Amino acid sequence: MSYLTLSLTLIFVLIPLILSKTLGLGLQKDTLIATVRSIVQLLTVGFVLKFVFDSESFLFIILMVGLMIAAATQNARKKGTGIRGVTWKLVLTFVSIELLTQSILLGFHIVPATAQYIISLSGMVVGNSMVLSILFLNRFSAEVEANREIGELILSLGGTPKQAIHRQLITSIKASMIPTIESQKTIGLVQLPGMMSGQIIAGADPVQAVQFQLLVLFLLLSTAALTSVLLGFLTYPSLFNERMQQVSWKQ
Amino acid sequence: MSSNEPPAIQFENVHYAIDGNTILQNINGSFPSGKITALVGPSGAGKTTLLKLCNGLLSPTSGAVYIGNQLIEQIAPLTLRRQVGIVLQSSPMLKGTVFDNLALPLRLQGKEMTTDEAHALLEKTGLQRSFLNFNVLDLSGGQRQKVSIARTLANHSSILLLDEITSALDRTSVHEIEELVQDLKQTSATSIIWITHNLDQAVRVSDYLWVMMDGQVVETGDPSILESPTNERVLKFVKGEQL
Repeated sequence: MSYLTLSLTLIFVLIPLILSKTLGLGLQKDTLIATVRSIVQLLTVGFVLKFVFDSESFLFIILMVGLMIAAATQNARKKGTGIRGVTWKLVLTFVSIELLTQSILLGFHIVPATAQYIISLSGMVVGNSMVLSILFLNRFSAEVEANREIGELILSLGGTPKQAIHRQLITSIKASMIPTIESQKTIGLVQLPGMMSGQIIAGADPVQAVQFQLLVLFLLLSTAALTSVLLGFLTYPSLFNERMQQVSWKQ
Repeated sequence: MSSNEPPAIQFENVHYAIDGNTILQNINGSFPSGKITALVGPSGAGKTTLLKLCNGLLSPTSGAVYIGNQLIEQIAPLTLRRQVGIVLQSSPMLKGTVFDNLALPLRLQGKEMTTDEAHALLEKTGLQRSFLNFNVLDLSGGQRQKVSIARTLANHSSILLLDEITSALDRTSVHEIEELVQDLKQTSATSIIWITHNLDQAVRVSDYLWVMMDGQVVETGDPSILESPTNERVLKFVKGEQL
C-alpha cells in the first residue's frame, strides 16, 4: 500500500468526525487525538520493527519484549493499587508466561527463531496476558470484598488464608478465562480473526493463515489460564498479614 | 475452679485503632476461667472488636492479650482459633447444606465429620436431625444462628466467644440456647464470653459482667452491678435513656 493510498483511508476518519459534529456528540477532539496517536505509534513501531528485523540482533529482540512487558505492567498495575508488590508480581507473571510459551514454540521448532516470529507472538502473548491480568484483578478484588464475611468465618474456625480465599480465587480465575474460551467457540463463524484476515489480505494461502491463527488461538488459551492462575497465587497472600488476618487492598 | 487458675483471657492496656479511629482504649481486666462473662454496652462500644482480638481475627495496636498465661502472639493463629471459638453475629453460611457447614471446621483440618457427629451437634442446639440436608438458603434467621453455634462447637474450643447469638431467635429458642450455654459451662468447663444487648439475659446467664462504652470498660463485676450501677452513664444505659 502506498502512502497516497493510505492517506485515502482517512475518509473513514472523516465519517465519524462529520457525524460527531452534526449530531453534537462532542467527540471530534477525541477522534482526532486517537487518529494522530494511532498513526504516530503504529508508524514508529513499524520503523522500529523494521530496524530490529534487519539487524537480526538477539539483544534488540530481548529489548523489544522487555519494553512490551514494561508497558503491560505499567498499564495493569493501575488495577492492582494497594496490593503489596503488585508491579513485581505482574512482571513475574508476564516473564514466566513469555519464557514458557517461547520455550515451547522455539524448543519444538513450531516457529523459526527469528525476530519476526518472536516479537509478533510475544506481542500477542504479553498483550493478552495484560488484558487477562486486568480482568482477573478487577474480579478478584470484587469477589474478596463481596465475600469478606465468609473469609473471616473460615479464618475464625481455624482455616488457613488459602482456605479462606479458595472459592473467591477459583471464581475469579474462571471468570477471567471465560471470555477467551467463549470467543474461541465462535471464531470463524462470527468474526475472522485480525491476524488471519491480515495474512489473507497480504496474499498468504488461506489454509496457511488458518494454521497460524490456530497456533495463536491455542497460545492465547494457554496464556489466559497461566495468567489468572499465576497472578492469583502470587497476589492472594497479600490479602493477609503474618497473623493470618484479612487486610484490605484499599488501605 | 481453683483460685490459682489463671483467667481465661486477660487484657493489659489494650488499645485498638484503625484508619486513625480509636475503637478500644486502655482495656484492662480479665474474663474468668470456666465462667460465663456477659459483655454489655451500647452499639459502637467496641464489644465485637474486643472478641475478635481474643480469637486473633484482629491484633491490638498496643498492649497485651493473654490466653491463660500465654501471650496471644505466642500462640500459632490456627491453634488459637481452634482453642478460642467465635460465633459471629451475622452467622455467615457457606453455600450448600447444613451438613456442609457443620463439617467445615473438621474439613479445614483435613478431617471428615460423620453423620452421627453432625446429628449430635444439631441436637445440642435444639435442631431436628432432618435439618442436616437442608439447604442453608431455606433456613430462618434463628435456624441460621443455631447452625452457626453448632458449627463453632465442632472445634470443641475451651473458650467460646458469642456475639449476639440470640438476637434473631424466638423466646423458646432463646431459652434453649441459654440452657445449652449453661450446660457447656458445666459439663465441659468451657469459658464463655457472651455479647448481648439483652440486659435481663446478661443477668440471667452470666457469672461475671463487663460494661463497655465508647471503647472503654466502664464497669466490671457481679451481674448484680446492673441493679445499682455507680457509674452515671451505666445507670442511663440500664434505664434505656439516651447516653
